[in-house]
Amino acid sequence: MRYSGLRVIKEALTGHKGWKPAWREVAPKRAYDYVIIGGGGHGLATAYYLARNYGAKNIAVLEKGWVGGGNVGRNTTIIRSNYLLDGNEPFYEHSLKLWEGLEQDLNYNAMISQRGILNLVHSDAQRDAFTRRGNAMILNGADADLMTTEAIQTRYPFLNVNNARFPIKGGLAQHRGGTVRHDAVAWGYARAADSLGVDIIQNCEVTGFRIEAGKCLGVETNQGYIRANKVASCVAGSSSRLMSKADMRLPIESHVLQAFVSEGLKPILPGVITFGAGHFYCSQSDKGGLVFGGDLDGYNSYAQRGNLPVVEDVCEGAMAIFPMLGRVRLLRMWGGIMDMSMDGSPIIDRTHVESLYFNGGWCYGGFKATPASGWCYAHLLATDTPHEYAKEYRFDRFEKGRMIDEKGVGNNPQLH
Amino acid sequence: MIINHPILGPRDSAEFTYIGDAALIDRPDWQAEDALAQFVDYGYLRDNPAGKHKELWFHEQGDRSFLVVTRDTTTHEISGVELARDVARKRGRRK
Ligand SMILES: Cc1cc2nc3c(=O)[nH]c(=O)nc-3n(C[C@H](O)[C@H](O)[C@H](O)COP(=O)(O)OP(=O)(O)OC[C@H]3O[C@@H](n4cnc5c(N)ncnc54)[C@H](O)[C@@H]3O)c2cc1C
Repeated sequence: MRYSGLRVIKEALTGHKGWKPAWREVAPKRAYDYVIIGGGGHGLATAYYLARNYGAKNIAVLEKGWVGGGNVGRNTTIIRSNYLLDGNEPFYEHSLKLWEGLEQDLNYNAMISQRGILNLVHSDAQRDAFTRRGNAMILNGADADLMTTEAIQTRYPFLNVNNARFPIKGGLAQHRGGTVRHDAVAWGYARAADSLGVDIIQNCEVTGFRIEAGKCLGVETNQGYIRANKVASCVAGSSSRLMSKADMRLPIESHVLQAFVSEGLKPILPGVITFGAGHFYCSQSDKGGLVFGGDLDGYNSYAQRGNLPVVEDVCEGAMAIFPMLGRVRLLRMWGGIMDMSMDGSPIIDRTHVESLYFNGGWCYGGFKATPASGWCYAHLLATDTPHEYAKEYRFDRFEKGRMIDEKGVGNNPQLH
Repeated sequence: MIINHPILGPRDSAEFTYIGDAALIDRPDWQAEDALAQFVDYGYLRDNPAGKHKELWFHEQGDRSFLVVTRDTTTHEISGVELARDVARKRGRRK
């Protein structure tokens, strides 16, 4: 069923009896060409592009819980392509371009809003670094705008530019960045993949791999054994747990990241703002709640909830730049488990086991990557060669010394 | 989270800096035949278990000792705290 304005009117006049479930509920078949493990944004996008770009048939996505229950439904929904390094920027810019056409492509309203993102600058050194980053972005075909304090004050009059310790001295803006309704991305990809024949199987947990003579033949699940020509792991925060079943140790630690939503307010914040001197970033949802977050809790965690010291730290960051928020109350907070890699960048690669592929290490930047990740992973699965934009995202980069470390903090996952 | 420091008693975890898997105590021998492979492993690969995890915490805002904390990564329950020095000595290290 195609969604359209006309359809909404027609359904409104006929008692909304014509709507159908957005995707089929199916039991797993015994064998598939491709089994994708993990029904998050990346797994669903991979299935969709495999079917759409490469004409693959006979694809299953196995999800241990429900579609949208993982990080794809827990993040703070920011999309942008403001990266510095060559290994990253073309990939993220491709992703942003895919976002720009995504709703038409999927025929699904994901509430993509290019309201802009602004990274604040608080010192001369930081301005130099952001100037360099902005130039790298422009070289890769992205947009970047170095804003003066005056321009920032005109656009965001509520910011405290004269904080005694961290005055605002300008900022790097990407006006094409913005926010997306995250659940709608999962649902939109699921619906579009389903319409191309992909089986989306929920409540189906992969518990092991069947590997013989160095080749992966299929997966063991709580719904029985499923044979597959190619098996693709795409489970974000659960990556180490799953790949340990194939005797792999990964360059990844799992950490919890928290997010917060305030009570609903009138529109006050037109865009995304990040504090450059502490770890705090904020946007306002269409419902009016301020959506914000900050640092990881800072130690390995598989508990999808965080602790209080980070809550305090994040709120202090908020008060430093938005003193007007002092009396706003928090409505909700939650956590998600991040696959923090050793250099802060992801991996899309084959593994030492034939027919077993890996996608992970997204840290807290994987939501914006969803379309490009699916696009490039589908390419790898279909052609067995890395996609042009993801060719640096290999396992062997750590051994070869070709880390893609945007922040330059080394093999310390909780600092990326 | 409260970490029961073997010398100082119960301390707020915010006084500590988290270092990572306690396997980092066992630095490979740089003269071994396969030293490169061992260091890649040591520097970049982790078990990252869901459940009990032995990990290094550095008491940066305190007495600056390193502790080996045994903590469940699914519940944050701490079931053991030792001085990293004692752990290393038990394994035959002198310093
Ligand atoms: C608080 C928070 C804020 C964030 N903010 C942003 C942001 O502003 N911008 C941004 O770009 N990114 C952000 N991220 C990161 C982003 O959400 C993730 O990197 C991205 O969603 C990960 O990819 P995914 O959608 O495929 O993961 P998930 O949705 O987690 O999908 C993985 C799926 O695999 C399933 N699974 C796990 N194990 C198994 C198994 N054995 N068998 C079957 N299925 C299994 C899980 O149930 C899960 O549904 C944020 C994350 C968090 C937690």
